[in-house]
Amino acid sequence: MPTSHPSLATLTAIAAAPVLLLSGFAWAGGWVGPSRIGGGTIANAIEHSAGKHEGYRRAHAKGICVTGYFDASGDAAGLSRARLFAPGRYPVLGRFSTGGGNPFATDGRNVFHALGLQLTGPDGQIWRMAMDHTPIFPVATPDAFVALQRASRPDPATGKPDPAAMKAYLARHPETKVYQDYIAAAPLPDSFANGTYYSINAFRFVDRAGASHAVRWAFEPAAAFGALDKAKLDGLPTDYLFTELRARLVKGPQRWRMTVTVAAPGDVTNNATIAWPADRQRIKAGTLTLTAAVPEENGACRDITFDPTILPDGIALSDDPLLPARSAAYSSSFRRRALETPGPSAVGKALAGREVR
Amino acid sequence: MPQRFHSAIRLLHWTMALLILAMLFIGVGMVSTAGPAYASLVALHRPIGIAILFLALIRLAIRLRTGAPPLPADLPRLQQHAARGAHILLYLAMIGMPLIGWAMLSAGGYPVRLSAAWSLPPILPQDLLAYGLLRRAHTLFAFAFFALILGHLTIALVHGFIRRDGVLETMLFARMRAALPDEEEETGQALSADLAEEPAEALAP
Repeated sequence: MPTSHPSLATLTAIAAAPVLLLSGFAWAGGWVGPSRIGGGTIANAIEHSAGKHEGYRRAHAKGICVTGYFDASGDAAGLSRARLFAPGRYPVLGRFSTGGGNPFATDGRNVFHALGLQLTGPDGQIWRMAMDHTPIFPVATPDAFVALQRASRPDPATGKPDPAAMKAYLARHPETKVYQDYIAAAPLPDSFANGTYYSINAFRFVDRAGASHAVRWAFEPAAAFGALDKAKLDGLPTDYLFTELRARLVKGPQRWRMTVTVAAPGDVTNNATIAWPADRQRIKAGTLTLTAAVPEENGACRDITFDPTILPDGIALSDDPLLPARSAAYSSSFRRRALETPGPSAVGKALAGREVR
Repeated sequence: MPQRFHSAIRLLHWTMALLILAMLFIGVGMVSTAGPAYASLVALHRPIGIAILFLALIRLAIRLRTGAPPLPADLPRLQQHAARGAHILLYLAMIGMPLIGWAMLSAGGYPVRLSAAWSLPPILPQDLLAYGLLRRAHTLFAFAFFALILGHLTIALVHGFIRRDGVLETMLFARMRAALPDEEEETGQALSADLAEEPAEALAP
């Protein structure tokens, strides 16, 4: 029954089908064609500049877990149908961290103080956020982020970034210079507890009618502000901020008011390097109370990502290109560290050392 | 008229062929980019995956009840076994890949969100190492699945256009001129024409 003399055209056509599919697959996966920035590219860029610290988050590697609750005031329920904004108390898991890829870096650095949060609504829906203590971010796009990481790589000889590389980068990215000037001048909080934490990116709140509102938000501390002396950062104890937070939480819970800022028409939502004017409408959405801090090895914050694109119904992404990039990069970092053995945290290590003594 | 698969199986086969290929392309595409497409592709990947799982279970139930048309008697025994093995692997992949994805998200502490308001419960307790292993398995099995599909497609075309033994027709809806014997002279031309006219069908597994 088999016909044993297929023509060359038949054979070619049969081979063409899988070859076409394979080519399409290679194109979809980015293995052929122009090179793409993926989550892995961003994680590589960070490893390139900060060094590779296996078992830890590639960014904000030094952290501590916190727990508490969020009391929604109900005032934001008109802007977003998220059940988390209906009046009530909802559990919170969080993580304070300092910027950078080194899990044992000293706290005496003028870097991001950050707060990751996971809020769980009454319907079980989860809201994760990853906030920093500055209202603006150094870069607006993933491409710029990768370029900045590459330009920031410390020269092995001097331990400092190559000034020529940084100068060339800044010439192309004046927005990073704006950020650098900002963070050089802005006071650096002397505690995790008295910092204001900003959403960085814009998001959209979606109300019951389906209308969407561009927003940013911030968690403003109840604790009185105090600043670190930037001239004496070198003398600060390595784990100062983490030790101070634990001591403060032993004395009592710490509170932040969540303030939602609503964009006016024309406010940019796709550029995290640009702050919105101060006179925008603000809504007090609720109060965050943190009651306890535990080292990452004993807490629930280590084994999740504070991916800011994990949102409940009623909150949606804006057109900010950093949001998908953060999600992709956190996912790459998570995938890598999940297969490495998690190491002790700086806080856990310090505590273990004290017990031994 | 050759014996064919049950019409529900044929319908499911071609629907799932499109979904699975789309899924494999979305999967490698989303991991390759941190651009704006990333979030949209991830949001598509989860519900399509669960849809494939659902359809695969229905298809398996129908397939177990209705059986498969016999392979040609002159097909060597080894090839008959290989065909059966490959088809079992394809079913395992169709059911296993979505389950691995679901389990992986569960272990990683991710909500398994299918739409704005609809999420699935976790099927594994949260565990970092389990996440890492399942995440890697998801990628490796995806490549193996794609290789299996390419092999499946190539062999189906060989049956249809070289052996012309009616095997390809068991999964089609219409009689295919090129797949019938006694048209040797036109075979090549007929195939090219078919590929040009019906790329979706010709390219799907």
